[in-house]
Amino acid sequence: MIYFDKVTKKYGDMAALEDVTLSVAPKEFVSIVGHSGAGKTTLLKLLLAEERPTEGNVFFESVDVNDLPSSALHHYRRRIGMVFQDFRLIPNKTAYENIAFAMEAVGRTDDEIKSDVPYILELVNLSDKALHFPSQLSGGEKQRIGIGRAIINQPDLIVADEPTGNLDPINTYEVVEILKKINELGTTIIITTHNKGVVDAIGKRVITIDRGKMVRDDAEGKYIL
Amino acid sequence: MEIKRMLVGGWKNFARGGAVSAATVLIMTVTLGIIGALIFLSALLSFTLNTIKDKVNVSVYFVTTASEGEILSVKDQLEKLPQVKSVTYTSATDALAIFRIRHANDQSYLQPLDELGYNPLDASLVVNAKDPSEYESIVNFLGASPMLSEGLPGQGGTSIVDRINYKQNKDSIDRLSIAINATRTVGFAVVIFFAIASILIAFATVRLAIYTAKDEIVVMRLVGASNAYVQGPFIVTGVITGVAAALLVLLLLWPAAWYAGVKTTGWFGGFNLASYYGSHFALIFVILMGSGIVLGAVASVLAIRRYLKA
Repeated sequence: MIYFDKVTKKYGDMAALEDVTLSVAPKEFVSIVGHSGAGKTTLLKLLLAEERPTEGNVFFESVDVNDLPSSALHHYRRRIGMVFQDFRLIPNKTAYENIAFAMEAVGRTDDEIKSDVPYILELVNLSDKALHFPSQLSGGEKQRIGIGRAIINQPDLIVADEPTGNLDPINTYEVVEILKKINELGTTIIITTHNKGVVDAIGKRVITIDRGKMVRDDAEGKYIL
Repeated sequence: MEIKRMLVGGWKNFARGGAVSAATVLIMTVTLGIIGALIFLSALLSFTLNTIKDKVNVSVYFVTTASEGEILSVKDQLEKLPQVKSVTYTSATDALAIFRIRHANDQSYLQPLDELGYNPLDASLVVNAKDPSEYESIVNFLGASPMLSEGLPGQGGTSIVDRINYKQNKDSIDRLSIAINATRTVGFAVVIFFAIASILIAFATVRLAIYTAKDEIVVMRLVGASNAYVQGPFIVTGVITGVAAALLVLLLLWPAAWYAGVKTTGWFGGFNLASYYGSHFALIFVILMGSGIVLGAVASVLAIRRYLKA
């Protein structure tokens, strides 16, 4: 489903990623681990076409992501749900509107939005906070809204960049459980983290990156650095 | 459906924008206020220049033997010239009456007139040109006309024109023409300078407002929104800001124009700002509202463009 072919990304003379080759199959749950600055986020940015590789290619199914014209990027990104460490909710939209925006962006009808958003809010257990603005939600609640926004359009892939980085242990556990559930329903998930507990709790494939290079790829790994 | 969502999204951005929306409206109000002031300034300048121009004229004096029919025929010809604004006929009798009224208290003028026993004053045509620089061509037309240089066709004889006071006034007229053109050019430059300066300020403010939303724009794009769908609500917000600012300026101009009108009408030689605002409200409304809408929309498009590249 995803294939990084000898990908190198340099910022000036500094290589954030160096000669990385990896593939991810459909329905996999892959944890990418590494210290801060190891290149995990760069890897995700390349996958989302936020950045272009200096060398090599990134494929999503048969599409070379780097060949996509900017006018087609939004169509590509609609196949991916993003979850961020800092939640990145739109501050002047309510919880309901933040989730609905993702549906509006892909052109779903008002009726679909009215039926799906309450369902997702219920799924992330935040029906009672639908009309709250992000500033009125706790970190865990914000992240659950972030996950709701990522899954509302039933994407092929969920990419979560340090999704538990700003959360307490209880909320971290809840978020991991939600992601596992989504994966069990058939959605591919790629998560970056440096939280050992999260990786061990997931108990699936672990790719380790160190100073821009892929140093381990364990099918049912644990957090080892 | 997409347009409706953009409109609703833009309105919500504006309504929920709080201090950012208020600050943007205020800066835009200052910008449109300057544009409004420039409209008044242009009008005042035109009024003043027209007043001065109206005071400049050329008089054509006719010999006492010229009949009224001949003079009116010349008047008709002059009125047909595109450079002529108006021609006023004063008969010899009217000229005498005016002379008597003007010097009613001065017997040293009136007594010799009474002793003469006839009217020595000429009938005349006072010609007002559309622009002072046109007088030369009007005078040239009069000089080249066979009717005036040789008398009416078929009658022969000499010209019915006694004299034209153009040569005496030429230097003053030329200097005034240069002064009027220079004032107009400088006035136009000042208007353009302030208009550009105020527009740049408005652009910078809208840019700052959108800068505060740059993370939001990145997220919108990452959830798959097209550039047009991301841009739409921001443009709508910009337009609403422009409309709100224009309404505020149109409202504030009423008391400002009234107060300035009361205080400055005499000083401006009869130009009343309040009357001008009242009689030209539709034009000023269209200019300010149009400027507000265009400024808001264009500034938003330009400001957001840089965040839509990746």
